[in-house]
Amino acid sequence: MSQAFTKSMARNIFFGGSAFFFLLLVALTFDTMQVLPKRDHRENITPAVERGKMVWEKNDCIGCHTLLGEGAYFAPELGNVYKRRGGEFVKAWIKSQPTKVPGRRQMPQFNLTDQELDDMVAFLKWTGEINTSKWPPNIEG
Amino acid sequence: MQYQSQKVAMPYFIAAIGLFTGQILFGLIMGLQYVMGDFLFPAIPFNVARMVHTNLLIVWLLFGFMGAAYYMIPEETESELFSPKLAWLMFWIFLVAGALTIVGYLLVPYAGLAKMTFNDLWPTMGREFLEQPLPTKLGIVVVALAFLFNISMTILKGRKTSIALVLLMGLWGLAVFFLFSFYNPSNLVLDKYFWWWTVHLWVEGVWELILGSLLAFVLIKVTGVDREIIEKWLYIIVAMTLITGIIGTGHHYYWIGTPEYWQWFGSVFSALEPIPFFMMTVFAFTMVNRRRREHPNKAATLWALGTGVMSFLGAGVWGFLHTLAPVNFYTHGTQITAAHGHMAFYGAYVMVVLTIISYAMPVMRGRAANSEKAQVMEMWSFWLMTVAIVFITLFLTAAGILQVWLQRVSDTPMGFMAAQDQVTLFYWLREISGVIFLIGLITYIASFFVGGETKEAA
Repeated sequence: MSQAFTKSMARNIFFGGSAFFFLLLVALTFDTMQVLPKRDHRENITPAVERGKMVWEKNDCIGCHTLLGEGAYFAPELGNVYKRRGGEFVKAWIKSQPTKVPGRRQMPQFNLTDQELDDMVAFLKWTGEINTSKWPPNIEG
Repeated sequence: MQYQSQKVAMPYFIAAIGLFTGQILFGLIMGLQYVMGDFLFPAIPFNVARMVHTNLLIVWLLFGFMGAAYYMIPEETESELFSPKLAWLMFWIFLVAGALTIVGYLLVPYAGLAKMTFNDLWPTMGREFLEQPLPTKLGIVVVALAFLFNISMTILKGRKTSIALVLLMGLWGLAVFFLFSFYNPSNLVLDKYFWWWTVHLWVEGVWELILGSLLAFVLIKVTGVDREIIEKWLYIIVAMTLITGIIGTGHHYYWIGTPEYWQWFGSVFSALEPIPFFMMTVFAFTMVNRRRREHPNKAATLWALGTGVMSFLGAGVWGFLHTLAPVNFYTHGTQITAAHGHMAFYGAYVMVVLTIISYAMPVMRGRAANSEKAQVMEMWSFWLMTVAIVFITLFLTAAGILQVWLQRVSDTPMGFMAAQDQVTLFYWLREISGVIFLIGLITYIASFFVGGETKEAA
């Protein structure tokens, strides 16, 4: 790099640039927080949805599945599973695991109670209603 | 070794390499589960193996960063470490806490672990990469604060170089953004939004400051190029990192419920994110070309050059591949993401930690460089691991392209599992590459035990 461009100029770009763009992130975050209620439909977060999220987390579902495309890529996307399969199927599926089909990927038996199964379905139903800008491309997730 | 207290870096580096080995073994287990679904089931379900794989990665890189800081800071500040005793104490606390957490993952069902560790009081578990129980998370904060106290006090009493300053900012940033892991609202969209403030602002933000300063430190040592020039490069690289990377967070805000303007912010800024990585490559090669001395440690120089190239390919090129919103609409959450993740983490963070270890370990063992024989073996391990990760990435990319096509682009989309069955061949090839990687890692470890003639440290 040329001699005219000094280390202190480089340092000023670093401090100034970082500070500016971090403040921009904060500003955009502030705006996002204003817009989100219309997109996440938080008025529909019932106690069942809240408990369902806890069931989701306590069993580390994200360790195999994706949820809105984030997580592990070992098992199907579940952000739209309520639309794809329906609540009854989801409950029956969780209850019937593992399939024990030789060589097939296996899901553990989590021994969820009926209440926990209902909560999980409520959580997945609410998740499916978030405005995700038309993602995923089709129902297969 | 100029300062006695630098030696505290050694246990950190040894622990890092040990945990790295564990990470690779669990990676191989998962790779096999991709093609033999019931392998080790129900003893080690995939989600448990994945937690162990990713958490070991994070913990061993943190060990590597801390070891690097303990080694570099006395030399940069020209003063002994504030408290080597505190550094030793934190080493054992971190190691025991880390080991207990991994044992917990493996021996207790996750829901039981959550219950035992009071997750109900303050739920933070069960989110990708932040699966650690509450006591572990608190332990990380305590260790990080004690570590930062130690490093900051050393810098305060000594010479203040730009490398030390950038490293310190990176490490403080690491600690500060980790605090977002304690925020877990019941609204999934908010949860995800701020989860990225830990995850993205770590790996595409403050960790790159650490990366840059480690690389700059080693380049000064092995090339003898003037500090003013190296530090000017460092500032420009980390400036570009944060200028592009902070708003680049937006590439995670396309499809999680966040407003659509993020598609523009995310696409534009993250398309610029390869720039600092490209500069890193140019930086490493330019400095080595302009070297003013022939350092006997050829292996460390090779790792430094490798970091530049592989971080550009993995983080820069493979990141760009799927970062534009119209592309990401199809690739989001597929094997393309996995391909990028593997090469980016290896190229940027694994390689830079191995660079500093390669430079510092011989010095701590009382010599400027290892014997010719040991270095040749270390360079073999460099090529084995690096070529293996390139192939892992290529095979996962192939699997990802097919997956996207079959499941998302086609007029008659296949279900997830049906599409997975179609790409089995690539998962097998990935697993074979993984075995090569393990052979490379064993070669790497073996290189520490090769004797031969060495020169005394200057």
